[in-house]
Amino acid sequence: MIKNEAMKIVSQQEIAESIYELTLSGSLVSEMNQPGQFVHIKTGNGYEPLLRRPISISAIDKENNTFTMVYRAEGKGTFLLSQAKNDTEIDVLGPLGNGFTPEVAISGETALLVGGGIGVPPLYELSKRLTKLGVNVIHVLGFQNAATVFYEEKFRALGETYITTVDGSHGTKGFVTDVIDILSNSYTTIFACGPTPMLRALESAYKETKEVFLSLEERMGCGIGACFACVCHTADDPTGFQYKKVCSDGPVFRAGEVVL
Amino acid sequence: MNMLDIQLPGLDLKNPIMPASGCFGFGKEFGNLYDLNILGAIMVKATTPEPRFGNPTPRVAETSSGMLNAIGLQNPGLTNVMKDELPRLNQFDVPIIANIAGSQVEDYVTVAREISKVSNVKALELNISCPNVKEGGITFGTDPVVARKVTEAVKAVSEVPVYVKLSPNVTNIVEMAQAVEAGGADGLTMINTLMGMRFDMKTGKPILANKTGGLSGPAIKPVAIRMIYEVSQAVNIPIIGMGGIMTAEDVIEFFYAGASAVAVGTANFTDPFVCPKIIEELPVLLKKLGFNHISECTGRSWNKHAQFANHRA
Repeated sequence: MIKNEAMKIVSQQEIAESIYELTLSGSLVSEMNQPGQFVHIKTGNGYEPLLRRPISISAIDKENNTFTMVYRAEGKGTFLLSQAKNDTEIDVLGPLGNGFTPEVAISGETALLVGGGIGVPPLYELSKRLTKLGVNVIHVLGFQNAATVFYEEKFRALGETYITTVDGSHGTKGFVTDVIDILSNSYTTIFACGPTPMLRALESAYKETKEVFLSLEERMGCGIGACFACVCHTADDPTGFQYKKVCSDGPVFRAGEVVL
Repeated sequence: MNMLDIQLPGLDLKNPIMPASGCFGFGKEFGNLYDLNILGAIMVKATTPEPRFGNPTPRVAETSSGMLNAIGLQNPGLTNVMKDELPRLNQFDVPIIANIAGSQVEDYVTVAREISKVSNVKALELNISCPNVKEGGITFGTDPVVARKVTEAVKAVSEVPVYVKLSPNVTNIVEMAQAVEAGGADGLTMINTLMGMRFDMKTGKPILANKTGGLSGPAIKPVAIRMIYEVSQAVNIPIIGMGGIMTAEDVIEFFYAGASAVAVGTANFTDPFVCPKIIEELPVLLKKLGFNHISECTGRSWNKHAQFANHRA
């Protein structure tokens, strides 16, 4: 169920250039069940910023009633959030959306997890769930440069991990697809989150041969499906009236379900 | 004692708080969050004769204390709204105000004739002020002669009272209000959004795919207040006020300006529980200000016969 709660900051730290890891505690965590869901956060008090910021959940810890997000402080809202201190409270609405279903991958099989930049975080909770289910995981994570790489060791602890950077300052130079092209074809399922061109490339290359699930990003208003800010066309009616809302029908869709 | 009940043409409201059209869909999503029965009314999303997909994304952009939107009247069309959306709202004891839109007068007439027959639709809101569609919308809302014509045409077919939603994107709002009053409007709703723009810092291009959008949120509240203040003194039909309401205090200010009820729009995105919160806070605030009933607040800013309320406090 969607709840609204003032959640307490347990910890916040900058883990890479302008990339922050924020852990909050509160009863809302008991509603979080699926990797790939997101929360809608009021980043300041008063009327500015007016709208909430959608941020994906990167880890859920039910035992300690906490959850973690990793976000980039890029605009006014996320910058304000990055300045919030321990033990203060953050207004959280969530959990929102339909995330990844790890159960589509079968124990003993291999899943490929592909993340681009700030699309990497939700894959962390997903990878933990998959490994728990006995699924082998391969991670291919793309970043701009060495300074913005995060969670490399955390992912490595769960499975095979490849890092790419656009400028080649860390890992393989290039994009995630440059690594995936030369990987052995042992995986049956692909889970991806990142920039739309990356998702598009994965969809066109693997839609026919693999089970592919993509997490989309879009500017949102309400986050609950009421304002129609984040709609996209469905693939079977690409210029018609059929639509999906990224916030409440997604953000995760099966490749080929919506127009990217 | 009920301090909040209000009677308006076609509308028997248990309180004067309703979500504004376009900010609440057809109630489904918010119905998962709280009991919609507590609302005074619901202004549902604009309905056009045919389904509309709306504009490309990005459709929203944030601004100082506000937001721009260019959704483009996305809706499933008259047939689906009547078949699926309105019947679902029947489970609630809440009057529905159906917002109707179109590209030509015939579109408004078509939707008004059909949708006004639905039992829970107690009033129509004639949307002649949407700034985000290429044809129709705001072009009907900026010319008093055209506005009067479309009002008359809709009044001729509607089985329920008709409220006309005014655009603030005009030089003389009083002239527009008087024109639709002369056309037979039973009430006014105001204001719709103000046309605005924002550019991306890196690309220098508009953030919205539609280039321009409608500005809403607390940033526009003073404009709404001023326009309601002017119009309420110049017409004899009630006004449902809207434009940046975030709190119970804002509601009272709209009433002081001349509103008889209010709609809450953008605030639903910031806080989806804002309507229930305002409804709960209003009686407390009214008591503090020395009022017995919210209707005592209407037009207080200009009604020279109105006593200072807090003499009782």
